[in-house]
Amino acid sequence: MPANLLEARSLTMNFGGLTAVVNLSFQILKGELVGLIGPNGAGKTTVFNMLTGVYAPSEGSVYLENELVSSLKPHTITQKGIARTFQNIRLFNDLSVLDNVRIAFHSRSSFPIFDAVFLTPRFFKKEKAIYDNAMELLGIFGLADKKDEKAKNLSYGQMRRLEIARALATNPKLLLLDEPAAGMNPQETEELTELITEIREKFDLTILLIEHDMSLVMKLCERIMVLDYGILIANGTPDEVRANRRVIEAYLGGDV
Amino acid sequence: MTNNPNKKNLDGYVTLIAVVVLVLLNVVLLAGKMPTYYTGILRFMGINIILAVSLNLINGITGQFSLGHAGFMAVGAYVSALVSIHLGWPLVFALLAGAVAASLLGILIGLPTLRLRGDYLAIATLGLGEIIRVVILNLDITKGARGLGGIPRTTTVYLVELFAIITILFTVNLMRSTHGRALLSIREDEIAAEAMGINTTFYKVFAFSAGAFFAGIAGGLFAHSMGYIAPANFEFMRSIEILVMVVLGGLGSITGSVIATVVLTILPEALRGFAQYRMVLYSAMLIAIMLFRPSGLMGTRELDVRQVLGIFKTGGEKDAS
Repeated sequence: MPANLLEARSLTMNFGGLTAVVNLSFQILKGELVGLIGPNGAGKTTVFNMLTGVYAPSEGSVYLENELVSSLKPHTITQKGIARTFQNIRLFNDLSVLDNVRIAFHSRSSFPIFDAVFLTPRFFKKEKAIYDNAMELLGIFGLADKKDEKAKNLSYGQMRRLEIARALATNPKLLLLDEPAAGMNPQETEELTELITEIREKFDLTILLIEHDMSLVMKLCERIMVLDYGILIANGTPDEVRANRRVIEAYLGGDV
Repeated sequence: MTNNPNKKNLDGYVTLIAVVVLVLLNVVLLAGKMPTYYTGILRFMGINIILAVSLNLINGITGQFSLGHAGFMAVGAYVSALVSIHLGWPLVFALLAGAVAASLLGILIGLPTLRLRGDYLAIATLGLGEIIRVVILNLDITKGARGLGGIPRTTTVYLVELFAIITILFTVNLMRSTHGRALLSIREDEIAAEAMGINTTFYKVFAFSAGAFFAGIAGGLFAHSMGYIAPANFEFMRSIEILVMVVLGGLGSITGSVIATVVLTILPEALRGFAQYRMVLYSAMLIAIMLFRPSGLMGTRELDVRQVLGIFKTGGEKDAS
């Protein structure tokens, strides 16, 4: 049985009087590909924000490989191995594609500021390594020829890909994808599905993704968790979830 | 595909050319051909370059809108002047003392205020600058509003140039490294930067204290250049003047800051012929530049030797890289 990578224990998030997520507990095993779905406003992105440290949970805790991470700052959590993409793409727009990825290499390939200022050999060696690694990653995502382009000049699909590339540069154990297929046409979604399968193998990743595109979720995910009004209403294989009464009610409405 | 380290070496030529120009200027100076009026302007220009480049590190590169630069300059000026007068420290040590004091204050103030963003940070730093000025105005040791005189006038053009070059090299080298990119990522999107593993608090405070350090150096050079300083030298308008240089040159462009500083230091002098219309013309030119180049003279780009040389070529080679 594979080891437990992530564990959320009774997470609750209150925003003033509004409770966005209620007493949510789940586990993600190493190597799993899990989908998190639910109607709009169900609290999916809030869950991501709690896992990555953007929000401190009002109650409950998050463990990564049995280590408590929910009290850490976002950048420390990223360094521990949780990387994410954003629902509304958050690239460094005015920087080049290459720099976007190089920035994400910062935490694992950094060197003292002294070396940068005095141009020591270590500076050149480390910078060369960052450059090579970034270019390799861009190659995998088919963006190598765009390296000098500003991120804001990319096409929508390319931006989505760059965001995933940037997240991978932080060397994550767990990758959180927030609606990676949003705004994509069927062909782009198809390519994305292949890409996710490919990087999962290549980088030995565990993936948790939020998605509204059911074709992608049903095809890709081995397990699906369904949130409705901040409550976990289903957790199982795609077939189980598809047949679940509460899920159908949440999406289509049901008797009150 | 050329690999990057080579490209980086080419970028170094910009600095090299700047150094050559300065050396040539020095030859002229050594030949005694330059009247003191011009060496005075040159000194002032160098001090302004240090101020503009260091403010660019905070405002343009890290994107933290600071209006307190004159405050840090004042700390550097007063600390170095007092150390010179009372302890008789040599100039370089006095400058460093002033710079370290300004830098420590930068850290102290930066930790709480850098939680603020945009306009709110601007107002907080504006307040900080004013607090520093008022404190100086009311202390006995600084002689209050009467000003502090009797500072040894030991600042030379060469020393100003040296520190200007150090400031530029520090910033340029930093910019080309992963640390510079970390600063830029904060300007672009702080939440994404944090999500990519960048310790944004550390880098913001670092930019703030490094900027304050060099502002402190500039202040010390200023004090030892004038021989007399008063709180009126470090009013809010001084911060604005430096900010204008940075914005005019292009936020984030170091060569832009240098060019804008040179232009804006020479301009008021060159316009002396117009007597009372001088400042009107100066302001009109500022408006004109901002209208025609809204992102500053250089935008976020750097003056690049390859581009300058490219003008003379027939083109078509650009795709080769």
